[in-house]
Amino acid sequence: MNGSRVGAIVLRMFYLYRGSPQRVFPIFVFVAVDIVLWGFLTRYLNSVSRSDFNFVPALLGAVLLWDFLTRVMQQISMALFEDVWTRNFLNFFATPLRVSEYLAGLLVVAVTTSLLSLLAMVILAQVAFGLSFFTYGVALAPFLMVLFLTGIALGITASALVLRLGPASEWLIWPIPMLISPFAGVFYPVAILPGWMRAIAMILPPSYVFEGMRSVVAGNPAPWDRLAIGGGLALVYLALACMFFFAVYRTVIRTGLIARYSAETVS
Amino acid sequence: MTAPSPCVLSVERLSKSFGELQAVDSISFHVAPGEIVGLVGPNGAGKTTTINMILGVLQPSAGRIEIEGVDLAADRSRALASTNFAAVYAPLPGNLTVEQNLRVFGMLYAVDNLYARVERLLTVYDLVRYRKTKAGLLSSGEQTRLSLAKAMLNLPRLLLLDEPTASIDPSNARDIRAGIAKFVDNGHCGVLWTSHNMYEVQAVCDRVMFLSHGRIVLEGDPKTLPEQHGAASLDDLFVNVAQEALHAGSAS
Repeated sequence: MNGSRVGAIVLRMFYLYRGSPQRVFPIFVFVAVDIVLWGFLTRYLNSVSRSDFNFVPALLGAVLLWDFLTRVMQQISMALFEDVWTRNFLNFFATPLRVSEYLAGLLVVAVTTSLLSLLAMVILAQVAFGLSFFTYGVALAPFLMVLFLTGIALGITASALVLRLGPASEWLIWPIPMLISPFAGVFYPVAILPGWMRAIAMILPPSYVFEGMRSVVAGNPAPWDRLAIGGGLALVYLALACMFFFAVYRTVIRTGLIARYSAETVS
Repeated sequence: MTAPSPCVLSVERLSKSFGELQAVDSISFHVAPGEIVGLVGPNGAGKTTTINMILGVLQPSAGRIEIEGVDLAADRSRALASTNFAAVYAPLPGNLTVEQNLRVFGMLYAVDNLYARVERLLTVYDLVRYRKTKAGLLSSGEQTRLSLAKAMLNLPRLLLLDEPTASIDPSNARDIRAGIAKFVDNGHCGVLWTSHNMYEVQAVCDRVMFLSHGRIVLEGDPKTLPEQHGAASLDDLFVNVAQEALHAGSAS
């Protein structure tokens, strides 16, 4: 892994962000809108609920964590799309750049921008709606780590799909988090799902995070053993996603698609 | 320790097929330091396919490519570190400025003293006034100059130029040809140059290879080759070769 080449991929994205407010806008604004929307909803639910249950850490916290996962995935895909839109794959991959270095560069960009998003969400949720991250205690670190690894795995998978199926598959990849969310039990316990949905939830790392989050909010200790399963699954998916990306890369090199990649050549 | 290779590029029995189509058919050639080799042929002859395989963005079906004695298939990254290219169909990202593009690609090639190198190339390729201009806003001629500046970033030992002057006016094209010839003259670099401009090929190339249906059908000095084959000029020879290939193609 060559630091200069990874740095080149990061520098390219830095230049793009620096020179284009429209690229910076989604890092903060979409997540802020989500926090405001769900913040007022949880405040309303707290006011009409007869129980002592506090919806803020359960629902608003869930939104915040789910948005974090979605951001990580989208930032990886968006960084790849910059090369799709500028038809830049030939220029990049005709240099000494290795595909692992390219992926590493995308990851650094995604991590940085996602953490900035997370910071904005945490500050807004704390200041406007009183959600303190300290509510989750030390379990917050594994929560974020599992979601982070899952987001990376999804982002790499989505990028591989775009590379293989072409820019039109954009429409296929953006709804991926939405498709997963009903099974992941973001806003409700997995136990209320029908059997077949529970079976799918069992293989989704985020379901262990959101179950754990609800457990902590309810005053129980963090289910470390369950979080370990979620973390293990996330690592497996990350490894599979990387293998998938490398396999797709080998295919596009064999077919020559990488040199002719554009919306016109791939459909 | 292996002895340094006398060739900057060595291609042995290189083939590429796409299903039934044999795009490149067992071609072998080499490029020596200080040599400019022309690769010409009609559209679809396999020129760009050959260049893409040398650039490592297309996997050969068979054969071997060595750049500076390094097997491209075995160590792609090291082989490509001493290579660079410019092609009209591969403009640099239009959403980065001229200067930003050169810095990003300079880092990809791990260029020493990158800032000084970028300044030098901006001057040599008359791009100083466009340094803050996004590459997508440049004219096609300016974009070509930028591509050539990028191609010179790492002082390549092997330079691949795919129709480098196709969108440049004659005056600029002459300057660029002279610049590349001067760069090659010091014996540091070898060039594989594709073009449809036979005047250009005759002016700059030490050797020319005619490619047709993925095969090298003629090879020699572009200044003497037409006479050897009874053609009035390289242009005429090109037309003859293309027509023969067309007839052979329709007969088969």
